[in-house]
Amino acid sequence: MKYLRFFTIILFILVSQISYALENNLEIKITKNLRCLICQGQSVHDSDSEFANSIKTLVSLKLDEGFTEKEIYSFLKDKYGEWILYNPEFNKNTYFLWLLPILMFLLGGAIIYKLFIFKKKKLY
Amino acid sequence: MPSLIGFYSLAFGSSLSFLIIFFSIKNFRNSKIFDKRIIFFSLLQLLLVFISFFGLIISFINSDFSNETVFNHSHTTKPLFYKISGTWGNHEGSLLLWLFVLTLFIFLFIIKSQRQPTQYRILTILFQQVIIVGFFVFLLKSSSPFSYIFPVPKEGLGLNPILQDPALAIHPPILYLGYVGSSIIFSSALSATCLNYISKEWASHIKQWVLISWIFLTLGILLGSIWAYYELGWGGFWFWDPVENVSLMPWLALTTLVHCILALEKRFILTSWVVVLSISTFTLSMCGTFLVRSGILNSVHTFANDPERGLFILIFLFSLIFLALFVFFFFHKENRKIDSSIFLVSKETSIIINNWFMMYFLSVILIGTVYPIFLEVISSEKISVGPPFYNNLIAPFLIPFMLAMTLGPKLKWIKSDIKDKIYLFTFFLISLLLSILIIKNLEINFLLNTLLVGFAFYLFFITLRDFFVMKYKNLSQIIAHFGFSLFILSILFNNIFTTEIITNLKVGETYTSEKFNIKFENLNQKQGQNFKSIVGRFTIVNSKGKVETLEPELRIYNQPNITTSEADIRTNLLSDRFITMNTVQNKDYFNIRYQIKPFMIWIWLSILLIATSGFLSLLKKKYEN
Amino acid sequence: MKIKSVPLIVILLFITFFIIFFKGLKNSNIYVPNINYEKEIPSFTTQFFDTNIKINSDEIFKEDYYYLMNIWSSWCLPCREEHRFLMELSKEKNLKIIGFNYKDNIKDAKQFLNNLKNPYSNIFLDKDGLIAIEWGAYGVPESFLIYNKKIIKKVIGPLNTNFVDEIKRLIK
Repeated sequence: MKYLRFFTIILFILVSQISYALENNLEIKITKNLRCLICQGQSVHDSDSEFANSIKTLVSLKLDEGFTEKEIYSFLKDKYGEWILYNPEFNKNTYFLWLLPILMFLLGGAIIYKLFIFKKKKLY
Repeated sequence: MPSLIGFYSLAFGSSLSFLIIFFSIKNFRNSKIFDKRIIFFSLLQLLLVFISFFGLIISFINSDFSNETVFNHSHTTKPLFYKISGTWGNHEGSLLLWLFVLTLFIFLFIIKSQRQPTQYRILTILFQQVIIVGFFVFLLKSSSPFSYIFPVPKEGLGLNPILQDPALAIHPPILYLGYVGSSIIFSSALSATCLNYISKEWASHIKQWVLISWIFLTLGILLGSIWAYYELGWGGFWFWDPVENVSLMPWLALTTLVHCILALEKRFILTSWVVVLSISTFTLSMCGTFLVRSGILNSVHTFANDPERGLFILIFLFSLIFLALFVFFFFHKENRKIDSSIFLVSKETSIIINNWFMMYFLSVILIGTVYPIFLEVISSEKISVGPPFYNNLIAPFLIPFMLAMTLGPKLKWIKSDIKDKIYLFTFFLISLLLSILIIKNLEINFLLNTLLVGFAFYLFFITLRDFFVMKYKNLSQIIAHFGFSLFILSILFNNIFTTEIITNLKVGETYTSEKFNIKFENLNQKQGQNFKSIVGRFTIVNSKGKVETLEPELRIYNQPNITTSEADIRTNLLSDRFITMNTVQNKDYFNIRYQIKPFMIWIWLSILLIATSGFLSLLKKKYEN
Repeated sequence: MKIKSVPLIVILLFITFFIIFFKGLKNSNIYVPNINYEKEIPSFTTQFFDTNIKINSDEIFKEDYYYLMNIWSSWCLPCREEHRFLMELSKEKNLKIIGFNYKDNIKDAKQFLNNLKNPYSNIFLDKDGLIAIEWGAYGVPESFLIYNKKIIKKVIGPLNTNFVDEIKRLIK
C-alpha cells in the first residue's frame, strides 16, 4: 500500500506537468482514413508510393483551399469510389455493417438475461 | 535426394492415417484397454512427417533447385538462417509445418491423456485424424512441397525481402502451435460431446491444452505485430488488416474459452457454451488460413495465392463445420439435473459478462472482415473497412469491459458481495482525476478518452494493489488483468502523444521545428550478404539539447530485385524514436518519416506479461497435480 | 418446435456463407475501377510541356473529335512497352493523342521522346500527379478514350494489341 501511495503521488506530479499541443492532425487524420489504392492494405498516410504522395499533396492543397474533411472525402469518393474510404459511410450498402455488431451485442444481452437472470426468479 | 525422401515419407505417412483410423475403430468397439498399436503408428506418422519436413529444410539449406518450392523461394546468396526460415515462409512449406505440428500434438495428446477414459481418447484421435487426412490430401494433391523441375535451374528466385527477418522467421511456427493446439480442443470437445463426457474432469484436463494454445497464439500475434512495426516502415503495429484480424479472432475465442473452462471446472455451468467455443476457435483458425491462403482478401500480408487451393480449404473448412454442427446438435444434451442457477452478484455473472463483451468484439471483427466480401458478391460494390470502423465500435465498449475486469475477480463463486467498498471507490476517484488531468489540455474527444484512460487506470491500480495484498493467490489472473490494463494504457498514450513528421530532405539539410531539429548528415554504402544498402545518417537534437544519431537504411536486395526501407529505432522506457527514409521518383531528396512514439516498449511488455500469466497458470496446474 | 428450428437456421446460415465465399473466390481483390461508365471529363488547369504556358482543360478537348488521353512518364517501364502501340495509333486520322507527363523530369522526358519518337499531338505537365487524381487515375500508364467530353473507354496499365484494336473499332 505504501508503495502504491508513493507511486500515485509521483504520477500526479508528472501528469500535472504535461502540456501538449497536437500538430497538423487534420491532414494526418484524413490521410489515415484513405486507402492507398495501389498498395496492399495500407493507408495513404502510411504509404510512400507515388499515388499516396500525390493524394497527400492533394489533401493538404484542398485543406488550404478551405475544403472540409467531408468535402475531401466526397471529392475522392467521386473519383475513385467508396473503396478509397477506410471509414465506410452509413448508407444502404453499410447498414448491416454498422448495425449488425450492435444487434449482436443486444442479442447477447437478451440471451444472457433470458437464460440466467430470468430463470433465477422462477426458481427462488 | 532429400526431396525424394521427403516426398516418400510424406506419402507413406499419409497411408498410416488409415491404419490408425482402422485400429482406432476396432479398439473403440472393444475399449477395455487402449490399443498400443495406435500409439506406435501415431509415433511413426509423426516421425515420417518430421523426416519429410526435415528433408525440405535440407533441400533449402543445400539450395536444391530441382525442388520447385526451393526454386521459388530461395537463393544461394541468402544467409543460412533465412534459407531455413524460408522453408515455412511459403505456402507449401507452411502447410507441411502445420501437418508436422498436428501429428506432434496428437501424439502428445495420446501420451498426456492416459488418465482419461479410453473411448474418449480414441474418439479424439479419430476426429484429429480427419483433420490430419485433410491436410495430407491438400499437401499431396494441390500443394506438394516436393514438385520436381527439370531441367534444374541454376539459381532460385529468392525470398521476398520483407520476410527475411528474425521475428518473421519464428512467427509462423509459434502461431501454428497456437492454431494447431486449438485443433486438439476441437477434436476433444467433439468426442466428449459424443460420449456425453463434458464434465468437471474433462474441463480440468482440456484446460492445459487451452492454455498452451492460448500462450502460443498470444506470442505469435505479438511477434507478427513487432515485425509489422519495424519492417513495414510506417511505425504502426496493428492496422486492423484482414490478415491481422483473422489471427485475433481465434485469440478472442480462446481467451473467452480460458475463462469459461474455469466456470465449467469449478461449477459445471456453461457446458454447451464451452463446446460451441471449442468448435469455433478451431473453425476461426481454419477460416483464417482460408482467408489468407486463398487471396480472397486484400492485405499487406497476402503473399502468393491461388484460387484452386482456396477452394480446397473452403470445402475442407465447411466439411469440418458441418461435422461439428452435426455432432453438436445430435449428441449434445444439456445437463439439466444439476442446479445451474446463477446469482446476480457472483463470479459466474462476471465471467458471463466477460463472454458477452468478448463475443461482441469478436463479432465486430468478424463482420468487419467478411462484410466487404459479402457486399461485393451480392451487389458488386467494393468498400473498405478500416481502422476507424473498428476503433469506433470497440473503444466505447472497452469502458464497461474494463470495469467488469476490475470488479469481477473480487467476487466469489456462487454468491458474493462486494467488500471494501470504500477503497474501491477511492481508487476510482483517483483514477478518474488523474485521467482528467492528462486529457484536459488536448484537442481530442474529451469524454471518451477520459473515460477510457480513467477506467484503464482504475484496473491498473486495483490489480497493482491486489498484487501486493493477495500474496500470490490468483497470481496468474492478477498478472493477466494487470497486463491488459498496462496494454490499454500504453496504446492510448501511444496514440494520443505520438509525434510524427514527414518531410523531404537532401543530404546536408536540416529540418527545424519547435521540439527538435533533424539534420541529414551523410549517406554511406554498405554491403550485406545478399543486399547492398544505402545508410543515411541523421542527427536529431531535441529542445533539451539531447543529441541522438539514427541510421535508417535502404536495402537493395539482389534476388528478387526489391528495395526495402529499414527503419532505425531507438528504444527506451519512455518512448521509441523511429525514422525511415525513402527515395522519391526523379527527385534528389529523400522522403523522411520521423516519429516519437511514447510507451512503445510497454505495449510489447504488457502482452508478454499476459502470456506469462498463462504460463504461470499452467505451472500452477502442474504443481497442484 | 422451437428447439428444432435452431439447427436448421444455423445450417442454412452456414450454407449461405459457403456460397458467398465460393463466389467471392472468383472476384479479384485488387482495385478495379468502374470501366463501363460514361463520365464527363474533369476540368482543371495545366501547363504545356515545352512552353509552360497555362491552359484550361476545356480548351484541350474542345473539338468534336476523338482523343486518347495518355498518362506517361520516362521512368515508367510499362510506358516503354506500350510506346509502339501509341505510335501505331498516332497514324489514325480521326484520333488525337494527348500526353500527360506524370511526375517526370523534363530532361529525361525529352530524351525519352527523342529516342522513341513522339506519338503525341500535344503534351501537358502533371508535376505532382494531381491531374491524374482528377481523372481518377492511380498510376502510370493509364489511357482514356474521349469523345464529346465524355470518357468512353479507360485502359489501366499498358496498351496492348487487343486494346488497340478495340480503340480502332470505337473510333470508326
